[in-house]
Amino acid sequence: MADVKNYTINFGPQHPAAHGVLRLVLELDGEVIVRADPHIGLLHRGTEKLAESRTWLQTLPFLDRLDYTSMIPSEHAYCLAVERLLGVEVPIRAQYIRVMIDEMSRILNHLLSIGTHALDIGAMTMVLYTFREREDIFDVLEALTGIRMHGAYYRPGGVYRDLPDQMPKYKENKFKNAQTVKELNEARSGSLLDFLEDFTNRFPVYQSEYHTLLTDNRIWKQRTVGIGVISPERALQKGFSGPMLRGSGIEWDLRKKQPYEVYDRMDFDIPVGVNGDCYDRYLVRMEEMLQANRIIKQCIEWLRQNPGPVITDDHKVAPPSREKMKGSMEELIHHFKLFSEGMHVPAGEAYAAIEHPKGEMAVWAVSDGANKPYRMRLHTAGIPHLAGVDELVRGHMLADATAVIGTIDLVLGDVDR
Amino acid sequence: MSAKLERLCRQLKESFGERIGEPVLAFGQVTVVLPAENYLDVARQLRDDPALRFEQLMDLGGIDYSEFTGYQGKRYAAVSQLLSITHNWRLTVKVFAEDDEFPVVASVMDIWNSANWYEREAFDLFGIHFEGHVDLRRILTDYGFVGHPYRKDFPVSGYVEMRYDPEQKRVIYQPITIEPREVTPRIVREEGYGKGGGRG
Repeated sequence: MADVKNYTINFGPQHPAAHGVLRLVLELDGEVIVRADPHIGLLHRGTEKLAESRTWLQTLPFLDRLDYTSMIPSEHAYCLAVERLLGVEVPIRAQYIRVMIDEMSRILNHLLSIGTHALDIGAMTMVLYTFREREDIFDVLEALTGIRMHGAYYRPGGVYRDLPDQMPKYKENKFKNAQTVKELNEARSGSLLDFLEDFTNRFPVYQSEYHTLLTDNRIWKQRTVGIGVISPERALQKGFSGPMLRGSGIEWDLRKKQPYEVYDRMDFDIPVGVNGDCYDRYLVRMEEMLQANRIIKQCIEWLRQNPGPVITDDHKVAPPSREKMKGSMEELIHHFKLFSEGMHVPAGEAYAAIEHPKGEMAVWAVSDGANKPYRMRLHTAGIPHLAGVDELVRGHMLADATAVIGTIDLVLGDVDR
Repeated sequence: MSAKLERLCRQLKESFGERIGEPVLAFGQVTVVLPAENYLDVARQLRDDPALRFEQLMDLGGIDYSEFTGYQGKRYAAVSQLLSITHNWRLTVKVFAEDDEFPVVASVMDIWNSANWYEREAFDLFGIHFEGHVDLRRILTDYGFVGHPYRKDFPVSGYVEMRYDPEQKRVIYQPITIEPREVTPRIVREEGYGKGGGRG
């Protein structure tokens, strides 16, 4: 028999299914993967080091740039860590807004995750559908924060501003006639909450469309069932979290187990998988979107009835209103000090974790009492998941590597920081 | 939550006694400093003891304490965040490297597999060596990178920059051409600053 040697191939960093700039060195025996060695760091921006030379407030927008498919929840972990060190109270309305935005981002993330996962393994149509719904959420984010992706909306002590009373509307142009514009603007005639409520009513229908497209699709099942199986014990050993852990049957969700903000007042369920394969994790994500939709509805109802402040009135942490600042000397000083020197965070260390759409996202902030972080460690869910790829793909065929990369919901901005 | 964490503190003292530092409960989390010589034994017991049961190592990161205000002590530490799914509690474990010049800490990779990449990262960025790690390569920085960028004596702008050289027709490294600058200085204020009273 001829002596056949294993050979090594490069998967990425310029590969459409590598979800960014992942370089995966695969050792193959024929078409079977013997070993996978992910090389990361091609998107390393040194966020942790940069934070050390910026004030506590200037660091905040960096957090959006970590996971650029669900941006704002990363800010949440940072704000929680800083708030814990400062000991400030967040107004209840701001907590509801945060929960609502986080859940919107969860839908945003899972839509991209499922859409591109299907695209990677051959179902072209999915991504067109999911991006249609993503557009609505981006519109909400744009109306709310002024920018579609990197919102920089949360602040230590609350959120930057209250929800807007109106949505931007389409205008007539040479591509859109009066009739089209009227139809498009129908849902946008009310406030942001009205638009979002309209979306939450439409969303379950969309979600059932995805089920029709994929869940019983024979090709989809052939590509995902029994692929990338991980037992609950190994998932714990590997430090998995989020849908990667729940797909293996462990019912662990920080929103339920260690509730932050107002998650303890919300009524929702945690979906778990059974087999721990790509298909189960897909089903978990599908169900999580519906549960997120439920939470958004509850938030909308509460936010409609309860107006109030959205950021703390401690002016050592949050700026005073423009009106007050222009009328009072003391408030002017507060404003000036806050935006030049920045806030001082008491010495200490805090590890604040949230249930990010991808898993546990945490910020470990260390302060020595200065106006800048002494050290900020970012834990993102992507790192352990990508580290686990080797174990997930061993013994599978080369084509299954794409299915596994899709299922771990990989975003390199999140992994490389 | 606080009562639960106090119970965790008591449990830690009961299980380990003198083998660990005093557990500190601050900012809603329990932190414990482990002496380097007991690190592995204690870590293993933290995972296996049914009364503690820390199944997951969520995070491990290095820290360089050399410029920490008012700090006198060893320079490098590896800090892990443990999570127990069974008991639903967290613990921060800190272990200091004995030697500041050549920091070495034992690897917990055999106890929690997830430590693999975290330890590679702490080695890459802080130069902490993890004894017993089977694959201690650099992970985030470039192939052939020199130095450990997250150390406090490493400038934010670094030492070298990359550009395409049209003559050599390839990407080359050259010394940096940018001036490091600090827009807002780093300030630590005295106790009670800006609180009114005392400063007229």
